[in-house]
Amino acid sequence: MAERERSLAPPYGGVFVARTTVMDAEDVRRAIWRMAHEIIERNREVSGLVLVALQTGGVWIAEALGRVIGEVSGHDVTIGTLDVAFYRDDIGLRPVLAEAATDMPGELTGSTVVLVDDVLFTGRTIRAALNALGDYGRAKAVQLAVMVDRGHRELPIRPDYVGKNLPTRRDEMVDASPDGVVIGDVVKP
Amino acid sequence: MSTSAAFGGETHWLGDVALRGGTVLDAGGSRKADVLVSDGSIVAVGDITDLMSRSAVVLDASGCVVAPGLVDLHTHMREPGYEDAETVQSAARAAALGGYSAVVAMPNTEPPADNASIVSHVRALGERSCVDVYPAGTITLGRAGRALAPMAEMAALGVRIFTDDGSGVQDARLMRRAMEYARALGVTVAEHCEDAAMSAGGHMHEGEWSSRLGIAGQPAEAEELMVMRDLALARMTGARLHLLHLSTAGSLAMVSAARRGGLDVTAEVAPHHFTLTDADVASYDPVFKVHPPLRSATDVAAVKSAVADGTVDAIATDHAPHARHAKEAPFDVAPPGMLGLETALGLALSELGLPVGAVLALMSWQPAAIAGIGATHGGPLKAGRPANLCVIDTEETWVVEPDRTASLSRNNPYKGRRLTGRVRHTVTRGEPVVVGGEAQR
Amino acid sequence: MTGATPAQLEPTPSPSSAPSSSGGSNETDRAPRHFLGVTGSQGGELRDLLRLSDRFGEVNRRPIPKVPALRGKTVVNMFFEDSTRTRLSFDTAARRLSADVVTFSAATSSLNKGESLRDTVETVESLGADAVVVRHSSSGVPWQIASWVKRTSVINAGDGWHEHPTQALLDCYTIARSSPVLAERFGPDSDAFDFEGLKVGIVGDISHSRVARSNVAAMTALGASVTLVGPPTLLPSCLDGWPVEVSNDLDGLIGDLDVCYLLRLQRERTTEALLPTLREYRALYGLSAKRADRLKDGAIVMHPGPANLGVEIDADVTRRPCSVISAQVTNGVSVRMAVLYYFLGSGVDLVN
Repeated sequence: MAERERSLAPPYGGVFVARTTVMDAEDVRRAIWRMAHEIIERNREVSGLVLVALQTGGVWIAEALGRVIGEVSGHDVTIGTLDVAFYRDDIGLRPVLAEAATDMPGELTGSTVVLVDDVLFTGRTIRAALNALGDYGRAKAVQLAVMVDRGHRELPIRPDYVGKNLPTRRDEMVDASPDGVVIGDVVKP
Repeated sequence: MSTSAAFGGETHWLGDVALRGGTVLDAGGSRKADVLVSDGSIVAVGDITDLMSRSAVVLDASGCVVAPGLVDLHTHMREPGYEDAETVQSAARAAALGGYSAVVAMPNTEPPADNASIVSHVRALGERSCVDVYPAGTITLGRAGRALAPMAEMAALGVRIFTDDGSGVQDARLMRRAMEYARALGVTVAEHCEDAAMSAGGHMHEGEWSSRLGIAGQPAEAEELMVMRDLALARMTGARLHLLHLSTAGSLAMVSAARRGGLDVTAEVAPHHFTLTDADVASYDPVFKVHPPLRSATDVAAVKSAVADGTVDAIATDHAPHARHAKEAPFDVAPPGMLGLETALGLALSELGLPVGAVLALMSWQPAAIAGIGATHGGPLKAGRPANLCVIDTEETWVVEPDRTASLSRNNPYKGRRLTGRVRHTVTRGEPVVVGGEAQR
Repeated sequence: MTGATPAQLEPTPSPSSAPSSSGGSNETDRAPRHFLGVTGSQGGELRDLLRLSDRFGEVNRRPIPKVPALRGKTVVNMFFEDSTRTRLSFDTAARRLSADVVTFSAATSSLNKGESLRDTVETVESLGADAVVVRHSSSGVPWQIASWVKRTSVINAGDGWHEHPTQALLDCYTIARSSPVLAERFGPDSDAFDFEGLKVGIVGDISHSRVARSNVAAMTALGASVTLVGPPTLLPSCLDGWPVEVSNDLDGLIGDLDVCYLLRLQRERTTEALLPTLREYRALYGLSAKRADRLKDGAIVMHPGPANLGVEIDADVTRRPCSVISAQVTNGVSVRMAVLYYFLGSGVDLVN
């Protein structure tokens, strides 16, 4: 679940107050490096690989993964971005405005797609993304890479590549960025 | 010919009514006095304690003005033909609630009152109602503007006002003939001033708001051109001319000038033309559609000052009921017209800033004189006069609720408006038809 | 419209109101939101819709140009006035959002005096419409309908001479994507939608044009300078409060325009004594090939369609590169998808 969309869940409004830093910038860098290697190891044919970043939280991770995979394998990796606002199952129940562009590299038929997001939570964003991917053709396989898996799944979805498994309470917030991963709370003003 | 005995007054409510504790106000001025009514007439004004019978109905007028009943020169009673919108009975009840004891019934019914039989029919309906109903006749047959209606036949029944209201008489030559004919009969020609070619297709005042709202406009000039023409024809023919519902600064200026030139012309304005503007149409609610249309704020100011300076002789409601479904239509499809009988006095007292006596002159004795019914209506309040009275609480504040009405229609544009001044009792032909703000039948 | 700048981070919802609990929950309690007109709109509101139109432009270029965003919603097209183009455009937009589309076609004449417009609207609402797309030959009808409905959103698809807000949006979108002047200033795909300094001439029958009224409002809200051009008989008699210049001289103006917007001339205007002849109109206000030669480089030519070729515009001009008339039609679908999504599905009203 992208932080942007979660930020628009009820009761809307409030300020994020960081409580605990669970990964620092170096931890994040190492996690990306490890995940990139896992992706190469599992997929061998890097040329047929497409990293699809979920807007907006997954974009920096996909770019970082793409850089490492490119350096290690010597092949440029195709990166696309996907906004799943129009595919959500909670349309009208909360504010979801498409603000970020979908930019997909054409037909996906025959490609192996790695969906990339920052935080995996209920799994509903990934469900929406899987539906959206279907409109671009029949991918050979779809895998999932996330920086943080914080639990509380509501759908049968599991990640293939994880930066960190992080047990959380439902009402906590997780913020992931290149500078680190932070747990905190939202305080109403 | 008698102008008063022909209509109304034939049936009396037998019994005594005592109006106690009020201030009597008529054309002669005001004084604290009780009024005793018996068998349809005023029998005493002053100290009535010793004259009252035990069975007298006593109406509390303390703190109130006791005035001659109001006279509306311009009521659309809709019967015959449009009984889903209003009937003579329902309009009369609304009139009584508004303080009226007499109304002039406009002839644009279906069929129109362009002959003696329709006039007699409306008159008969009026006799059973709770106000005196004076039918007006049309100027032209079928209001079609082509041939004169039998005005003498209707005048013989007591009709004093002839009008094609709803539209103006477009043909100047025909209007000249109508005026000449009317002069000999001693009756008044009342014109709805609207040059139909100029206003064709228009549904609101032409100006800033019609341009914004994309609704075709009726320019002020459509009214003014016919005012100009009719003043010239009245001068030419010597006929008594009454101008209905004038709404523009230009019209009123012409009337004022003609009056200074010695012309025998009278003019009325409707309450909505000094209380609402074309900006109200922005809601697109057809309740604000009326002919002549709601005008600009400048025109509203001109109407108010013409009322204050005496250019205007009467405030007339142009009470125009329309069934609910007719007004739940697109603005340009809905028929024009709004209710007025129950709000006119409250609006005049609240919005004009005039003394009560001046408002009553405009709503009672001046219109009674124009209608030719001064012997029966409009006072003065003195022994021997017919008992047509209203009791007005000039201090009571109330809020207009369209659903609280005696009318069969709901096209009241004043929903939620706070007014000061309300009718407490109305007595028509000696009968208390409204008591404590409630219609008695 | 506050949805574009949400607060930074928010807590997850409590289980009771969680999106995951799906179902209708509070949705039906909310007052419907209507898209009636653009007059009085702020630039920011329009820009939100134009940016959203970009998103749907992308959807429309996909191999399968359809998203499930309005699945389960029912959109009723209520066209009291014939308009094949606008109806098809709304129809396509709603279907590409996976809404169910019902078309209610009623000639104005069938709603005669015995039958109130309100009865018709209440019937449609009771069938379960989530939105009605209303086209009517009488100004103001969408406002009246909005005052009667309880849970249905009203989208104005053109009312009388008054407003045609989706046309204005698609015209502004087309200007933003087609004007070489703006492309040079902001780049080809900018989401600035800033028309500051852009000179627009709207030419023709302004008085009877809903397209003109909505475009004046939308284009000036985005910063454009608009000049209305036409004979005095076709200009509104009173332009107080309109943020425009007025001219009766197209030739004096044409070389300055960045956008030359031609309105459709209804042929009956000649019988209403508003114009002597169509030939005279063409001579003074038509965009003939010769007059179009005087347009400056980078100017674009627009028309809401359908054009009277040889009257307000020559066929030759519609085929020049400066004509963006077909782009207007294409963009219409994206813009109408944005409007339907924004008012029915985005939940943007839940913020604040």
